Amino acid sequence: MTGVELEGRVLVGGAGAGSVLRLEEPLSFWGGVDPVTGRIIDRRHPRCGASVAGRVLVMPYGRGSSSSSSVLLEGVRLGTAPAAVVLRELDGILALGAAVARELYERSPPVVVLAAADWDALREGAEVSVDVNGRLRNAG
Amino acid sequence: MAAANTHETVALTARDRAMLAGDLGEAAAVAMRILVTMAGVYGAERLLDIEGAHIDGCLYHGDSGVDFAELLVAGGARVRVPTTLNVGGLDLLHPEEFEGTAERRAKAQRLMECYEEMGCRTIWTCAPYQTTPRPAFGQQVAWAESNAIVFANSVLGARTHRYGDFIDICAAITGRAPAVGLHLEENRRGQIVFDLRALPDALRSASWLLPAIGYLVGERCGNRVPVLVGLEAADEDGLKALGAAAASSGAVALFHAVGITPEAPTLEAALGGKDAEEWIEIGLSDLRAGLRSLSTAPGAGSSEGAGLAIDVVALGSPHFSPREFAELLPLVERHPPAGSVEFVVCTNRLSLGHLEQSGGLERLRALGVRVVVDTCVVVAPILRTAAGGVLMTNSGKFAHYAPGNVGFDVVFGSLAECVRSAQAGRLWRDPELWP
Repeated sequence: MTGVELEGRVLVGGAGAGSVLRLEEPLSFWGGVDPVTGRIIDRRHPRCGASVAGRVLVMPYGRGSSSSSSVLLEGVRLGTAPAAVVLRELDGILALGAAVARELYERSPPVVVLAAADWDALREGAEVSVDVNGRLRNAG
Repeated sequence: MAAANTHETVALTARDRAMLAGDLGEAAAVAMRILVTMAGVYGAERLLDIEGAHIDGCLYHGDSGVDFAELLVAGGARVRVPTTLNVGGLDLLHPEEFEGTAERRAKAQRLMECYEEMGCRTIWTCAPYQTTPRPAFGQQVAWAESNAIVFANSVLGARTHRYGDFIDICAAITGRAPAVGLHLEENRRGQIVFDLRALPDALRSASWLLPAIGYLVGERCGNRVPVLVGLEAADEDGLKALGAAAASSGAVALFHAVGITPEAPTLEAALGGKDAEEWIEIGLSDLRAGLRSLSTAPGAGSSEGAGLAIDVVALGSPHFSPREFAELLPLVERHPPAGSVEFVVCTNRLSLGHLEQSGGLERLRALGVRVVVDTCVVVAPILRTAAGGVLMTNSGKFAHYAPGNVGFDVVFGSLAECVRSAQAGRLWRDPELWP
């Protein structure tokens, strides 16, 4: 997405920047991410072992338990949450975790939804920033 | 795409706005801000009144959950509708049953106290629908806990969206919920049919198979509302087991069973007068596949696998009812568990009271059965047996969550198979039972 600006629908607003961790498969944070380390612990997930901490987490949508909002919130508390979450489809559970984090700790990763073609354009490792209006820019 | 998540797009009443402004206290303002954000996320046009809530956020997952509850308590939170509590992180009546650290126990207990301080009823159960009072047909409620949600929607005909931690208590404090999803008539019609009529009658009325049927429905229906055709008369405990399994393997929050559940007197009614989007015939091979996927121990998902060492038998997910105890007690008296097998049943205080009065509790304990209330073995450190062994259960939900949450391989079987296996210390299969 060099030089290109993308605009998504803001689910929970905020600003964040980091390198893209791109998951092709959905991930349940509950049972899937260890909030203490930020690492993916779901052994059936292809990116098991990767860390979401400080990354721009690009994934199609979350999966599974409604307790995933608790795990994202705990990650914000411990400083292991992603810098931003960029989805292809609406995910109420992760948005809820971010909304509660904003109330509780006055910080949260922005959660935005991109159109599928834009979402496809995000490459693993690219340095990306997300602003409060849901605009993504190449920050590299 | 413009941002669409503020009260600019969600229609709010004067009272909603007063809550947002803090006129009804700081906790109500926090709760309303979160609800309005979530209404925007879901694309709701408005909020609606709810008449009851069931809260899952009282279960300890980490300190942030306690921080959130303390924030609400400090802000003067009181629930505005009758609100019940799901399982917590420990058995308050039998605290000695907790096997975790003192620090974790103290935090789990403080979290439970916070929700009590907000005025919630301390029933501590994942089967609130087997206590009284329970929601009436058509009543709008905000329930969390996947198995409770599916039971409320499907069996009681109450209306709740699929809620989880945090938004549940926000709804209870404000008495409001986003007008989305299963709150609305148009989203409740069945979309995908599972036709069981090709199965032999005996299997269609076998209650022990209901979790397997639920499990395969959950795996295959995605986020659509399933309709089951050909289920023989299932009682409430059977529907509870089916729903809990479907909500474990999938995101099922409502199912219709034609001729059994209240919104499905006929197939046409269940489908809301429209055609099914998909029609799946369930045959013997599908049922066998459902049974296989409920067991993770090698070879245990069929009538073979007998002889496998069993370390733990865990029952009661969702929490055991008095009727289930009445079925269990004579079986255990005939076939008491071996000393080497840990035998635990999870239940709620109402069932425990019945059991105590009838003398059943004393008899079960004398035979080596542990009865745990307020919590459950896959969400709290209760089991004394070291992880890595084999756990047997008749619960589809335990079968789904035990491997990941507590590190056991699982074997699924009927109640009688669980009891006989506990007696033998090895997997006992009833060849008559297996399809």
